[in-house]
Amino acid sequence: MSEPQSALPGAAFTGAAQITETGLRGMITLKGDLSATKLKNIAKKVSGVDMPEKRGANIKGDNGLCWMAPDELLILCPHMDAPTIVTQIDKALKGTHYLAVNVSDARAVFRVDGQGAREVLAKLTPADLHPDSFGPGEIRRTRLAQVPAAFWMTGPQTFEIVCFRSVAQYVFDLLSNAAKIQAQVDYF
Amino acid sequence: MLILHCPHCGIDCDETELSPGGEAHITRHGPGASDEKVEEYLFLRENPKGVHFERWRHSMGCGKWFHAARCTMTLEVFGTYPAQTTEPPESIRKILSEKRPGWSWRDFA
Ligand SMILES: [Zn+2]
Repeated sequence: MSEPQSALPGAAFTGAAQITETGLRGMITLKGDLSATKLKNIAKKVSGVDMPEKRGANIKGDNGLCWMAPDELLILCPHMDAPTIVTQIDKALKGTHYLAVNVSDARAVFRVDGQGAREVLAKLTPADLHPDSFGPGEIRRTRLAQVPAAFWMTGPQTFEIVCFRSVAQYVFDLLSNAAKIQAQVDYF
Repeated sequence: MLILHCPHCGIDCDETELSPGGEAHITRHGPGASDEKVEEYLFLRENPKGVHFERWRHSMGCGKWFHAARCTMTLEVFGTYPAQTTEPPESIRKILSEKRPGWSWRDFA
């Protein structure tokens, strides 16, 4: 069998922040009634973290649960675990109204790390990225220039970004351009 | 720049995160309806100076539809509310009656 490949293997740029393509990541879209006990239990079980609050992102290593919409969660996991987790969810939620889809290979993941990380993203999104407004524990679905994306923070200066795989090169170029050392604004 | 509060995810969204969906509270007259009703559904729209109701989708965010009550003259935003309704909620009507006494829009007042 052929080996799975991430969108831009090894892509990296260093400037005001370090931009890297993180490689493959497991991602499962789970839609359904987020207040249902069965759904909450299986989400917790497969991710090892608590159900997130509105706009919350509970991340532990490669695993996590992100609140995407009032009826949608994003489950993060190691890439190879995703098919098994979908099977587990299907088994647990059989007969209820839900949808669980492995979207891992439809996505690309980037990390923006370093002192300038906030500023790099703030140049590309209308989201309020002031440290008082956005920090670890939260996910923000928004746009980066012309494409939809979502990000969360894994540390005080580290963002992880997911976007559609088809626009991976576009997003990498955006981030790299915004991180050019000559283009620093030092706003935050 | 227009900023609207998404009632679903609670974010104050910049206009560029949203997609406009035209006029709100339009009744879908389907098969079996009279020609006049179908014409009304497809073509007839308000063009008010003042209070207006619109549909918006948080397309670059949570993906959900919501409605906004706005003033076409001053661009004031009176409020937003989830789209799962056929008429403006009481809370929005109250704000309108305070800010634009005597307002009316289609059959609502
Ligand atoms: Zn929203």
